[in-house]
Amino acid sequence: MLDISGLCVSYGESRIINDLNMRIGENEIVAIVGRNGMGKTTLMKSLVGMHPSSAGSIRLDERDLAPLQSYQRVRAGIGFVPQGRMIFSTMTVRENIETGLSASGEKRIPEHLYELFPVLKDMRSRRGGNLSGGQQQQLAIARALAGRPKVLLLDEPTEGIQPSIIHELARTLRRIRDEHGLSIIVSEQVLSFVLDVADRVLVMEKGVLVHEAERAAIDEQVIAGFLSV
Amino acid sequence: MFADYSAAELTSIFAMQGFAGLSLFSVFVLMALGLAIIFGQMGVINMAHGEFMILGAYVTWLTSGFFSSHLPGLFAAYFPVAILLAFLASALLGGAVEWLLIRHLYKRPLDTLLATWGLSLILQQAYRSIFGAREVGVRMPDWMMGSYAITDMIEVPINGLFVMGISLLTALGVYLLMYRSTWGRKVRAVVQNRPMAGAVGINTQQVDRVTFALGCGIAGIAGSAFTMIGSTGPTAGQLYIVDTFLVVVFGGAQSLLGTIASAFTISQAQSTMEFFLSGSMAKVYTLLVVVGILMVRPQGLFASRIRH
Ligand SMILES: Nc1ncnc2c1ncn2[C@@H]1O[C@H](COP(=O)(O)OP(=O)(O)O)[C@@H](O)[C@H]1O
Ligand SMILES: [Mg+2]
Repeated sequence: MLDISGLCVSYGESRIINDLNMRIGENEIVAIVGRNGMGKTTLMKSLVGMHPSSAGSIRLDERDLAPLQSYQRVRAGIGFVPQGRMIFSTMTVRENIETGLSASGEKRIPEHLYELFPVLKDMRSRRGGNLSGGQQQQLAIARALAGRPKVLLLDEPTEGIQPSIIHELARTLRRIRDEHGLSIIVSEQVLSFVLDVADRVLVMEKGVLVHEAERAAIDEQVIAGFLSV
Repeated sequence: MFADYSAAELTSIFAMQGFAGLSLFSVFVLMALGLAIIFGQMGVINMAHGEFMILGAYVTWLTSGFFSSHLPGLFAAYFPVAILLAFLASALLGGAVEWLLIRHLYKRPLDTLLATWGLSLILQQAYRSIFGAREVGVRMPDWMMGSYAITDMIEVPINGLFVMGISLLTALGVYLLMYRSTWGRKVRAVVQNRPMAGAVGINTQQVDRVTFALGCGIAGIAGSAFTMIGSTGPTAGQLYIVDTFLVVVFGGAQSLLGTIASAFTISQAQSTMEFFLSGSMAKVYTLLVVVGILMVRPQGLFASRIRH
């Protein structure tokens, strides 16, 4: 499915991601956990092409995405929900989702997106900037799904969201995976959410994957240890 | 300066000069619109915008010449055709310039300023070589020559009304394009967050090229309107670029309505004052007033109040 090998990413002289290798399978949900500044966002941005990688390959169904520009990677099957959501705040909810159609070439917003997030249908004429944090998160996910991705990347989706709906978000992600048959990579710091959502957990420290565990074998104490300062 | 005139005379002078300023207003609106679209989309200040306008003016001149020698029966209808051709010519040149020059410089704003300035000099020389250094004037069809007499003293030039109609239609078209079309949605997404626009699947470079071409094409339409008020020469565009910057800055760069209002204010002020003062003094006063207002409202008259 998605096969990343030898990936290196730098900001200027400082190398953030160093020779990273990972692979995710069809329908798999992988969580990458790590404290602030460990390189999760850098990895996500390099996967979607918002920041170039200096070496390595990112193969999606055998096609190397590394030389492609952002929009080409998205058209090849990457969907991206960035940290901080980055919705287009002056555009309406509907227009925000429609921007995602650029990748699939469809004309209309698929009805199942509104089924997934009914609140977006009610608010479709509101400006994105006027939505609450949780609603903006739904909008950012809907916008990414509008491009019909094969792999959905979410960068710290629980950040700035009320604890009461974090559990709901985990359920939604599993539902998306089941209904759309896509794979999900999610970066996180909230352990309860990770345990809710992930089939497999990878721990990132200073740009390197230092620990890996399948769902059944996850040791909460160990992961909590990585997350505590 | 008003002392020598009676109140009735003053009223009609203001009205006449106001209507006479309509064509100037149209040119300003179109020029400012194109400049603002390009600046808003890619942060490029197109110093060659005046030359794109003059290309439109030359195309209008060529079209009128073609009609008068080959299709004299249809001469009355040449102007709409000229507008279309002027738009296409300037848009094509704009697209080519974006591809050859501008796209390599997006990350270096100062260099785009220099590059487009250099381009303006190149274009001026090209016009001189192709069309000659002498200014050329366009012959208007008869129906555009006359004017409506509203009262004994007040007359409205028909060409001014017509050209104003064209520019307001163009402004409306741009509005619809920006806010009702797929392409406009992409433009607004890129303007708001370029990296994110790419990450939702928008080909931002393609949007850039089309936007640059569109902005230049609108300058071409401005060139058609320009033939109504001035004669076309290689350097005639230079005189308008400063005024256009003034309109954009005064109106607040992101607001369509602000651009129109600001173009109206500045063109009317200039046109009215030119009756009483010399043209250059009129410009000086306009500039002083604009600078004064900008000191109070640096964001421009109609800066948009959009939350980010
Ligand atoms: N734009 C940038 N320029 C330079 N360094 C950066 C930039 N963004 C992030 N970094 C550095 O890269 C490292 C990883 O950051 P980031 O990927 O944002 O981590 P995380 O998302 O895990 O919190 C940090 O040391 C951070 O200081
Ligand atoms: Mg981060």
